Amino acid sequence: MATAHTEDRAMVPADAQGKPFAVATTFYSTTDLVDAIRAVRKKGYRKLDAHTPFPVHGIDEAMGEKRSKLGYVIAACGIAGILVAQGLQYWTAAVDYPLIIGGKPFYAVEFSIPITFELMVLLASFAAVFGMLAFNGLPRFNHPVFNYSHYARATDDGFVLVVERDGNHFEPTAIVELLNELGGDNTEIVHEDA
Amino acid sequence: MADIAIKPNTQIDLLNTTIDQPLVAGEPSYHMVTESVCRIVEDKPTKLWFALLAVTSSVMMVLFVMLGYLVATGIGVWGNNIPVAWAWDITNFVWWIGIGHAGTLISAILFLLRQRWRTAINRAAEAMTLFAVACAAIYPVFHTGRPWRAVYWLLPYPNTMQMWLNFRSPLEWDVFAVSTYGTVSLLFWYVGLLPDLATIRDRATGLRKQIYGFFSLGWRGSAHHWKHYELAYMVLAGLSTPLVLSVHSIVSFDFAVSILPGWHTTIFPPYFVAGAVFSGFGMVLTLLIITRKALNIEHLITLKHIDYMCKVMLATSMIVGYSYATEYFIAWYGAVNGEQFAFFNRLTGPFWWATWSMIFCNVVAPLPLWWASVRSNIAVVFVITIFVNIGMWFERFVIISISLHRDFLPSSWDYFRPTYVDVLTYIGSIGLFLTLYLMFIKFVPMIAIAEVKGAIAQDIEKGAHH
Repeated sequence: MATAHTEDRAMVPADAQGKPFAVATTFYSTTDLVDAIRAVRKKGYRKLDAHTPFPVHGIDEAMGEKRSKLGYVIAACGIAGILVAQGLQYWTAAVDYPLIIGGKPFYAVEFSIPITFELMVLLASFAAVFGMLAFNGLPRFNHPVFNYSHYARATDDGFVLVVERDGNHFEPTAIVELLNELGGDNTEIVHEDA
Repeated sequence: MADIAIKPNTQIDLLNTTIDQPLVAGEPSYHMVTESVCRIVEDKPTKLWFALLAVTSSVMMVLFVMLGYLVATGIGVWGNNIPVAWAWDITNFVWWIGIGHAGTLISAILFLLRQRWRTAINRAAEAMTLFAVACAAIYPVFHTGRPWRAVYWLLPYPNTMQMWLNFRSPLEWDVFAVSTYGTVSLLFWYVGLLPDLATIRDRATGLRKQIYGFFSLGWRGSAHHWKHYELAYMVLAGLSTPLVLSVHSIVSFDFAVSILPGWHTTIFPPYFVAGAVFSGFGMVLTLLIITRKALNIEHLITLKHIDYMCKVMLATSMIVGYSYATEYFIAWYGAVNGEQFAFFNRLTGPFWWATWSMIFCNVVAPLPLWWASVRSNIAVVFVITIFVNIGMWFERFVIISISLHRDFLPSSWDYFRPTYVDVLTYIGSIGLFLTLYLMFIKFVPMIAIAEVKGAIAQDIEKGAHH
């Protein structure tokens, strides 16, 4: 277990590092990562995460991830945009302060279309971006996975597989062995505090 | 695209590159992409960069001085007057907004069409969109003379006069269209940036790490992240595609909904959108040709990208030329005196030189792009893009000022002359645009690192099947 630590990490007193959070390892190709995920899941580990520099094809399937539900939020906000735009144009021009301009009707579907479209796009885009951040729990500036000494490869050229602690039952040494067997590099036990 | 498979240790000879080369030339490893893009941000700014920044920011200051002068004095300092009430300001507005169309076209429409070559250029093009929209917004806002008093008829909020907006006016649609376009383009750009800012964060130390860490919002590249991210990005692309088409359509409504000959025509929306894409690609090419050379990223933005962009430019040039022809044909065939006169006046009236410059720059100058040898000749392509930038400015000037200067009533005819404030405000806005662009290439990864890596991974996967 201690051998998996890097030098500086080993010098930190064990109790200061908090509970072990996970075992992390690095692969150098997408296929190795996806194969390893399948193998680890076969062994019964369910709480996995992978950190990759770009979205890896087929990873959701291997990890048993469900489809993102973000689409429903976006659709709801897009519909809200349509309703807000219609309500705004009708109520302000035809109800609250009707004003004859150029002999045009106070409200008509035709001239309400451009603003309706724009507000639909605007609210749906807000939902897409802020919904994505909310679903991902971002912004979040601290996360135990950053304690993995080779984490930086995950935004460069490494594919980091993390087997997280699932409840109280956690045997890191067995996982380290398994990941090393699967060809993982720099396998390491990652703690909650650095 | 099996020909893109890895060729280890091939050092490309920049003088002998052909357009058959892969999307990412040389040895496309993930780390090489990280290195070549992050290096631009991490290296100390060069003397050339500082020199350019000194020039562009000085020019930008001219803009601020001119706007201050305008606010302090009144919009009479511009040459606009009856009958030419819209002149350089709205010409510049439409020109800048048009330039802002290439970014979203490249990032959204080419994304949905799975045109993977976009990955190397979409980030810079999107940034240009943002900066162009910022430059564009200056003109109508300052045309109100007292922008802070214009808020109550621009934005819907309950004000003390208890008045609301006139939603029947295309100008109001324009406020919503341009502000939505600016906002959504910013979001799209920023979402694309998140993983790349995280890459820089993980390479940096000290204060830089804090700053890039803050702006990357703690991105971890987790599989859960990517799942929602990819959906959000695709939806944004899907929303931006009709949005980008709507913006210039709505800008064209500013004219088409009026009854002025030369403006009152149904061809305007598609004609404006094609022109916008044309001018946008012109400007993107102008800047990227310089940037790729100056930053030594010719292996990432290859001749293939330039070739493709030239083809888009050529196609839209054809559409624009066809639109000109249609306008003149309908003016003749429609047999409406005012309309016929307006177009005759364009070709032979006092502003004949503007019309013929427009036709030469937009229709004739891009014609050599039919030849592949021209498209791979950087110097010639560069000159053509300059013609396109100039030609598209003239197009807006022709439509706006020439239509206005001789309308139905001959007694109110006049000639338009810009003042020095018009000219300096325009030049100043180019300074603002270039200053923002220079800051962008120095502080933000100018190539979408994560996307380029994704493209390489696809090639590796495909290569394995062959």
